[in-house]
Amino acid sequence: MKILVAVKQVAALDEDFTIREDGRDVDAEFLIRDLNEWDDFSLEEAVKIKEAATDPVEVIAFSVGPPEVDESLRKCLAKGADRAIRVWDAAIEGSDPIAIARVLAAVTKREAPAMLFAGVQSSDQAFAATGIATAAFLGWPHAAVVSQLSYSPGAKSAIFRRELEGGLLQEAQIQCPAVLTIQLGINTPRYASLRSIKQAAAKPIETLSLTELDLAAGDVGEAGSASRVRRMYMPDKGRAELISGDVAQQAQRLAEIIREFKGAAS
Amino acid sequence: MSGVLIIAEQRRGELRPVSLELIGAAQSLRGSSGEVAVAVIGSAPERLTDALAFQGVDEILTVKVTMAEFDPDTFEAAVGALINERHPDVVMVAHSVDSFGYAAALAAKLELGFATDVFKVERIDGELVATRGGYGQKVNVEVDFAGRTTVLLAMRGNVYKAPEQRASPRLSAFAAPPTSSRTTPREFIELSSGDDVDIAAAEFILTIGRGIGEEAKVAQFRELADAIGATLGCSRPIADAGWLPKSRQVGQSGKTASACKLYIAMGVSGAIQHLAGMKHVATIVAVNSDAEASIFGVAKYGIVGDIFEIAEELRRCF
Repeated sequence: MKILVAVKQVAALDEDFTIREDGRDVDAEFLIRDLNEWDDFSLEEAVKIKEAATDPVEVIAFSVGPPEVDESLRKCLAKGADRAIRVWDAAIEGSDPIAIARVLAAVTKREAPAMLFAGVQSSDQAFAATGIATAAFLGWPHAAVVSQLSYSPGAKSAIFRRELEGGLLQEAQIQCPAVLTIQLGINTPRYASLRSIKQAAAKPIETLSLTELDLAAGDVGEAGSASRVRRMYMPDKGRAELISGDVAQQAQRLAEIIREFKGAAS
Repeated sequence: MSGVLIIAEQRRGELRPVSLELIGAAQSLRGSSGEVAVAVIGSAPERLTDALAFQGVDEILTVKVTMAEFDPDTFEAAVGALINERHPDVVMVAHSVDSFGYAAALAAKLELGFATDVFKVERIDGELVATRGGYGQKVNVEVDFAGRTTVLLAMRGNVYKAPEQRASPRLSAFAAPPTSSRTTPREFIELSSGDDVDIAAAEFILTIGRGIGEEAKVAQFRELADAIGATLGCSRPIADAGWLPKSRQVGQSGKTASACKLYIAMGVSGAIQHLAGMKHVATIVAVNSDAEASIFGVAKYGIVGDIFEIAEELRRCF
């Protein structure tokens, strides 16, 4: 039995980044890449289920992206994934969450898992869309922002709690296989041990092409997307008035602000 | 119909306020798109029509379904049927936990143009353009939807003003297609408060974030909050780690600092979900070692520096 975990390598921006010449993305040299924070939690959830199961469960981490994404997939292998799959083709460049979901769905069909997890959203683009769009292409039941899950591999249904706004949860039952997007805090992700990092380095990362997934170039990239980036630019941000001086002076100014507030409040 | 179709959001029989903000958002397309219709989907939608009778709404559509509470299959079927029958140019939903559960699936199935967390929408030379944030809100991203006849936009909350002027839009009932839901909602659970703090009522909040680094440091800030007379709050990572109870978490999934007048954020980067709970506060002071942290974008005053040094010095002032 398999549990698939869709992961993304996200990018944070280095200081003093610049926008690419075509104005549609940040210059790639300013991108600092890492595994998406949410994916740490969805992977851990899958690994926990595997460890608690009586029957063998295979946890498979998979991602869409160029070879540098292998680094994030190795992190998943080190944290308990049994296999890792990466899909890439130059035609995928410029894909939005819908186009990426088409690829994730194709991999999922090929692996036929009992459950598919994805993060609620990515820390860089925060679409909160890819996992649920994947469910649509699969025709699977789906739930977003799962903060608690009770599921035994192979079960016909699972019980979960959705984390709603304002400190409210909602419990629900869902038919399986399903796509669940996993929220931060659902578990405590483990750290990879040195030994597991070493072992992960030696494991193969399977690669798949669009052809192997029966996808055409038009299914991905801008042609397969529901939106297209026109322009990326630095916002005209309102900036805080910076309090200058040494630490003592800064703290004194802050104390004044507090006293002004208290004076006004009393 | 062309025009804008808004999907109102409700929970436990109450309209969620963001539904009215969507009416505000739709006004930015008035003139270029046709009418504005608001659909209420639920087991008793007629109960909420009055709460939606505002200027800027031409029509309220009641869509009666079996499920009293949100479930993705019901909403996909109902909104899908509305789109197929009415052919709106733009469909607006809130960028919320409910829409996370169905909007992307609907966009994928019906091949809609689609963007989430949109905070600006306009027509440029007749073309619909939506703006959202990218790379942790460090950049703005304009997207368009070439060749899509209907575009589904999930709009960010706390951006658009809800209308104030009451009006009497026409009412129509829309027959939703029968659906068999694969998800069965059960009960709601209120997070137990953990302690008796009331973030929503606090006028002065000192919030700590990921920047405090380790649990052992919490005590220092708790003591500082007491000394300066502030309520101690936190951002998500602190609550998730169990260093402070969830009841002290400020933000979308936590509490809104509704009554707050002075908000000091120490070591909080300013994720959009956190800002949702506090950016309205009149006086925000941000202390962070990262000069690029988003929190400085909403703060009135900023200190770029070490939160522990500032905290120690500040403690001496009281």
